[in-house]
Amino acid sequence: MSTYLADVATLARKDLRLELRVRSVVPSMLLFVVSALVVFHFALPSGSSDLAAKGLLWVAIIFTALLGLTRAFVAEREQRLLDGLLLAPCDRSAIWLAKTVSMLGFLVVAELVALPAFALFFSGIDGATVAGVALANLGICAVGTVLAAMAVAGRARELLLPLLFLPLAIPIVVGGVGASVADEPARYLGFLALYDAVFAIISWASFEYVVTE
Amino acid sequence: MIAARKLGRTFGAKHVIRDLDLDVGRGSFLLLTGPNGSGKTTLLRLIAGLLVPTAGELDVDAPRERIGFLGHEPLVYRELTALENLDLYGRLYRVPQRRERIGMLLERFGLWDARNERADSFSRGMLQRLALCRTLLHDPELLVLDEPFSALDEEGAGLLDRELAELRPTATFVVSTHDPARIDALASQRLAFG
Amino acid sequence: MSTSLRNNQLALSATLAAVLVPTAIALVFFYAPVDEDGLNQKIFYFHVPIALAAYACFGWGAWKGLVHLWKGKPGADLESYVAIHLGVIFGAMTLLTGSLWAKFRWGHWWLWSERQLVLFLVLFLFYSAYFMLRYSVEPGPQRANLCAVYSLFGVVLIPISFLAIRLANQYIHPVAFNRHGPQMAGSQFFTFCVCLAAMLALFAALYQFELAGKRLDARLKELRELLA
Repeated sequence: MSTYLADVATLARKDLRLELRVRSVVPSMLLFVVSALVVFHFALPSGSSDLAAKGLLWVAIIFTALLGLTRAFVAEREQRLLDGLLLAPCDRSAIWLAKTVSMLGFLVVAELVALPAFALFFSGIDGATVAGVALANLGICAVGTVLAAMAVAGRARELLLPLLFLPLAIPIVVGGVGASVADEPARYLGFLALYDAVFAIISWASFEYVVTE
Repeated sequence: MIAARKLGRTFGAKHVIRDLDLDVGRGSFLLLTGPNGSGKTTLLRLIAGLLVPTAGELDVDAPRERIGFLGHEPLVYRELTALENLDLYGRLYRVPQRRERIGMLLERFGLWDARNERADSFSRGMLQRLALCRTLLHDPELLVLDEPFSALDEEGAGLLDRELAELRPTATFVVSTHDPARIDALASQRLAFG
Repeated sequence: MSTSLRNNQLALSATLAAVLVPTAIALVFFYAPVDEDGLNQKIFYFHVPIALAAYACFGWGAWKGLVHLWKGKPGADLESYVAIHLGVIFGAMTLLTGSLWAKFRWGHWWLWSERQLVLFLVLFLFYSAYFMLRYSVEPGPQRANLCAVYSLFGVVLIPISFLAIRLANQYIHPVAFNRHGPQMAGSQFFTFCVCLAAMLALFAALYQFELAGKRLDARLKELRELLA
């Protein structure tokens, strides 16, 4: 167990270190999310409620995450670096967990800018929304990492990931928007936790098969 | 150590390896020769565990942590330094006395001075040497090498010659090459593809 | 499994379907009582069984996917693919019949308040992406694995999406079954059951048929390879 976690830490640290050196994923996500929010301002005619804007926040988060996830395994496939990890004695699922953790980190950084920007451009963010975002992040990254690995195995990589991801993202959007706008956010937060638990388990268990050639 | 029975591997509709029988005993040195695209790389990847067979059986009596694989790609992260790359693999392979072993290998392959430089500043020859360090880092008992001499200059090739000669008594080898004359003396078994 | 046994299964399910489907249609139009919805209610006898058959397809596809991952049985990937293929067809039919029903009942071709319909839309998108995935990867062990994993994600998505849509909507949807049993008269229920059996038999027949065709294709390819 401790070697498993050590492997996860080693791999996650590697991803973070690479991002610090290259600085390609996080800045793109930051710029994208702010641009998206500006586009949404122009997409909301007068008379649109605050609630509509809250809904659009979730659209922004999903698509920003998608942007980041598209880069998740590209280097691993292009330079066959995944081979190096598959040769090592570490558990395949540790690769999944490490990638999920590092994607989570990138997404949180993007949201640290997105949420205040949203509050600035539209309306305030309450505790329930933040809790929703936190829970949604787990689901997005867990599922997104597996799907990114799948997409990268095929030909039309960048095109395929959104197709695979969006239907699975619908429950996350429902949970998140519900938490942001409903009177009783607890139900929606509970649902997000359920989604996270269920999909994290099957993602963790199935990753090994996804990377077997 | 390696036993293959009617081994087959397809890619889509293409049979790259078909009905292959093979036996490699512990301590042998199997030399693979043949033109590009004939299946040498595929066999090496199958032995290393990077591919699964689509037909037949393949039994490799060595756990993952005792197999060293060198493919066409050096499998090093370009934005990390030589030291960071080897440290990463050293941790994943749980290499004992990691720092000393890394230092020793870098020195043996003439990369000690470049240890803190990012791999993207390395020449092809240096990348190949770094890849060899990665391959040998965890003291493997089975070495699977795909054209190890490619991209090496005379000096690098000489270093590799020395390594192979030193490791020959203690490890099992499966090596493919375009230049069989160089290492034919080491081989105990030969398999020609294509 | 020998070819003759398989042929028997195909013959059996085809016969069953050939008997049940016309029977069901006859029952729907001549036996079941017309209720306050009028003729429109007849679509219900097809819409819900087709939807249930689609769920059965996706469930069967996921089961075969699990068999592939777990046991590594060589035919399981093809069986999973055929089941999901049929599931998408039944799913499209569900959307079609559901849309017709909505149009006749409420005057709109599409209603977000119709939970089942929305669920099928999400599933239709999900399983359509299955085909995009399948055709972007070269045939081989990895493709089979990816499709099997994806089919398992799908079957988990069904209840999760159902919950999500429920949470998302204030809805009005006539409930066919509630805790006190089906809100249908005996004759209606009987007709419904026959329709359900007919749809499931149709699934089984089409499944065996398509599978037989694909297996024949694969065998032919194998023989060509041997001769080449």
